[in-house]
Amino acid sequence: MLHVFRYHVRDVLRSRWTLGYGGLLLALTEALFRMGSGAEQVLLSLSNVALVLVPLVSLVFGTVYLYSAREFVELMLSQPLPRRALFAGLYAGLAVPLAAAFALGVLLPFAVRAETSKALFVLVGSGLALTLIGCAIAAYLTVRFDDRLRGLGAALSVWLVAAVLYDGLLLLLGTAFSNYPLEAPLLALTVLNPVDLARTLLILNFDAAALLGYTGIVFERFFKTGLGVSLSLLSLGFWTVLPLWRAARRFETKDF
Amino acid sequence: MTRVACLWIAGILLAGVATAQPRLVVGKGEAFHRIHDALVAAPAGGTVVVRAGTYREGTLHITKPVTLVGEEGAVLDGGGDHELLDIRADDVTVRGLTLRNVRTSYSQDRAALRVTDARRCVIERNRFDQTFFAIYLARVDECAVEGNRLHSTFERETASGNGIHLWNTRRVRVRNNDIEGHRDGIYLEFTRLAEVEDNVSHNNFRYGLHFMFSDSCAYRRNTFRANDAGVAVMYSNRVEMVQNRFEDNWGAAAYGLLLKELRDSRLHGNRFVHNTTGLYVEGSARLDAQDNLFENNGWALRLLANTENATFRRNDFRANTFDVTTDTRRASATFEGNHWDRYRGFDLNRDGFGDAPFRPVRLFAFLVERNEPLLLLQRSFFVDLLDAAERLLPALTPDAFVDASPALRPVVL
Repeated sequence: MLHVFRYHVRDVLRSRWTLGYGGLLLALTEALFRMGSGAEQVLLSLSNVALVLVPLVSLVFGTVYLYSAREFVELMLSQPLPRRALFAGLYAGLAVPLAAAFALGVLLPFAVRAETSKALFVLVGSGLALTLIGCAIAAYLTVRFDDRLRGLGAALSVWLVAAVLYDGLLLLLGTAFSNYPLEAPLLALTVLNPVDLARTLLILNFDAAALLGYTGIVFERFFKTGLGVSLSLLSLGFWTVLPLWRAARRFETKDF
Repeated sequence: MTRVACLWIAGILLAGVATAQPRLVVGKGEAFHRIHDALVAAPAGGTVVVRAGTYREGTLHITKPVTLVGEEGAVLDGGGDHELLDIRADDVTVRGLTLRNVRTSYSQDRAALRVTDARRCVIERNRFDQTFFAIYLARVDECAVEGNRLHSTFERETASGNGIHLWNTRRVRVRNNDIEGHRDGIYLEFTRLAEVEDNVSHNNFRYGLHFMFSDSCAYRRNTFRANDAGVAVMYSNRVEMVQNRFEDNWGAAAYGLLLKELRDSRLHGNRFVHNTTGLYVEGSARLDAQDNLFENNGWALRLLANTENATFRRNDFRANTFDVTTDTRRASATFEGNHWDRYRGFDLNRDGFGDAPFRPVRLFAFLVERNEPLLLLQRSFFVDLLDAAERLLPALTPDAFVDASPALRPVVL
């Protein structure tokens, strides 16, 4: 497994896409700092990027990469190697370099300026979680669909639903049931979608909880309790483990 | 020759002493040991000088025109359960004293210094430490409250009193005071023609400045910072608000400045920086707002629908989460020549104003004003898309809220 992991880490790192992705984030963070914004402003702008770009890149790049690794997989399957280890190496070899590119691209400009804040860690943490989840779903989709186009289409749809349409649904529900206390249902729906969960944690950490009024206080209290923290982690873990588990099961019995 | 000159000088000095008001000195080894005795002995127009020391004398009543001057270190200590100075005469001056320790009372407005039914009082350069109400003026005319420092550390709103409390007064000037840790820093009720200038009112439990039923008053160049609920000006006419700073009023119910039922008032050259809501206007008429700066607020301006004929000219909106919100499509107000950092227009005729109008109410802001929990969708990609669509083809946001000539460069520096 380690060999496969190492091979893929090298392969992904050598890929222009990963370098470009890390470089883009680095350049963006650096540029935001140079345009004279304070650390907080930079974090705000970056959070928009993290919430939209990170799931998109990890889903799309993940799918494309895993499809192109197919020949390698078939070669490896002819070796005396447990399939489970091969799959684990494949996933880790994809997710770890992507996560590292994100973390380095964001953190380096902050580290150079010795700026740290809780919001920065929440941003990096949620970016990493979204990367792991995106790659996990990409892994499932590539195993599920043999047709590359269908797989890629499914990946894009997942992104569209999670990052864009889901909020439309929330908006619709919020408007339709505006006469009812909405905090608890909204809270539940937020925790369910990792992109929304990350976004909410970010807003709450940008000193904006007061702005959110009563709802903000309800949410802030919830996410400070042990229950809130464990439910959030559970949700993030669930969205990583479920697709990975399904994918691993399929991978083990799949006829390549 | 020299003898004549000496006589001259001596004569002048003697004449001076004879016509000067008598000075009665209180302190250890002086003619008086208690301030009370000196106040009884002093003639009208006399001066009582208090040397350094701590005086515990119960409530001192001043019933004739005198000047009470404290030297450095002169302290009136109340010990808690009573007021310190009770002034009921015209032309009284209190200067340079430290008044300390007046405990919370839930049954009376216990004040360190109270002036009732008097004219032309002067209260200047005093310190008030740990006082429930500090300066309480009731039915007074033409008084000056200047250069005092008020500092209390009560624990909560209900247990603390107002710093400078004006009730039913005319022509009072409140200047250069520093007020901290009270319920309302400065409180005006049934007051006419008051001038509140150059004060700093900060970290109070309710409002930095609280206006009620006070017409024709002005407040200028004050700083109101980090008060629990900001500043409230309510139920008054013709109030002039010029060059004040409203800063760091941050909390679920905090406003930089809250205006309610306010008519014919001017709001010029103020700075609203880092408040949850910069300016909140409700039920007001003919508000004239010019040259104000709104920066880093959650909501820069919340203008509710029952506000009539408000005009906003040459104001500057920068880095606010929401620039303007309102609660109905039928709201009306005039916006002209303001600078909006969200404006993305162009200026072909180079007159400094954008050629396309700017609509300061985002669709999302409008939705949130009606349905607060939706705020959670802030920074959502979907909401940004909706906003962009609404900006291109306005369908839901108020028609009247349009700045037809948005300035391209910042108008307030």
